[in-house]
Amino acid sequence: MVEENKENPLFARAEDFLQLFNKGAEFTRELLKENERLRFKLVRLEEMTKKSGTPEAKDVYTEGLEKRIVDLERELEQLIKSYREVEEENKDFANRYVEIELENNNLANLYVASFQLHSTLDFKEVLQVILEIVINLIGAEIFAVLLLDEKDNELSAVVTEGIDREEMPTIKIGEGVIGSVAKSGENYFVEEIVDFEEFNPAEPIACIPLKIKEHVIGVIAIYKLLSQKQKFTELDYELFTLLAGHAATAIFSSKIYSESERKLSTFQGFIELLTK
Amino acid sequence: MPYKVLVIDDSPTMRQLIVFALKRIKDVEVVEASDGVDGYKKLTSGKFDLMLVDINMPLMDGLKLVSIVRENPEYKGIPIVIITTEGGEEDKNKALSLGANAYITKPIQPNHVLSVTKDMLKIG
Repeated sequence: MVEENKENPLFARAEDFLQLFNKGAEFTRELLKENERLRFKLVRLEEMTKKSGTPEAKDVYTEGLEKRIVDLERELEQLIKSYREVEEENKDFANRYVEIELENNNLANLYVASFQLHSTLDFKEVLQVILEIVINLIGAEIFAVLLLDEKDNELSAVVTEGIDREEMPTIKIGEGVIGSVAKSGENYFVEEIVDFEEFNPAEPIACIPLKIKEHVIGVIAIYKLLSQKQKFTELDYELFTLLAGHAATAIFSSKIYSESERKLSTFQGFIELLTK
Repeated sequence: MPYKVLVIDDSPTMRQLIVFALKRIKDVEVVEASDGVDGYKKLTSGKFDLMLVDINMPLMDGLKLVSIVRENPEYKGIPIVIITTEGGEEDKNKALSLGANAYITKPIQPNHVLSVTKDMLKIG
């Protein structure tokens, strides 16, 4: 019966089909296995990528970051350099501003002193201006202005501050500090200003000759500074230079003017007397 | 409206130096007086934002002027800056106790006058 069936073509076809079907089934099983293996691998790869990427990707990423860090560090260095340059420039500007302010102050003082000295031809007013400059702009408390009498070659005080005029003796040219300054025409300053104890006319802390060109007409002798002033400043030395020339010119001009005014009124009186 | 400042000092040199300093403030009008009496007269004839007063002056000194000004309610609010040759704390305190708001000691520096004035006028 079986032999009969084997010989039956229908049976043979069924057998072939069954074998084919079995092969197909086995192939499908293999495919499913492969599919499962690949899916497993894919899941693992996805997990690895999620965690840190692939080693290659990780290297590229790190390299990018390192490059960015280097760029940023370079940028930071540039910024720090620029900041330091700007800061340095600011310091320069601030210093310059302070210098200009100081210069402006000094010029204002010198301008006012010069303006006031030449604002009058009255001898007494000129002396008053000199007093004001030495008190208010230099800050002296005790000082004397001495003028030279060319007949006797003696210096005598015409105005004083902080002491009576009588306390200031007449001084011969070349005698002591004041006389030497009048003779040499050079400024005198003590090396160190010590605490003031007692007025001594022979011991000034500063002497400024009043000069018209090289001709000395008098001396300003300073004995004590105001209590809040400890020493002379750069401005004071400039004011002394100004006083040496301008105060001398102002005193000289006012004296000549006073004399000419006196002579003029004498002549006018004389003419009036003659024409009456 | 400009700031109006009254400068009272018998020394023309000082007045000129102070005016010189104050001119650096934009919109400021300075009125000068040569002694305390003149200063008080000028104070009563105008409206001032600040007074700069020297202590040592003829006719009426700065301290007397400050006390008179402070007695008058009309001028109580005007800031007063005293200018003094004295460096001692006692004299400064005396001026301040009479009603002065600040002080400047001689020798004066224009930039110091300027900064004190700006401070009193509340100018930045």
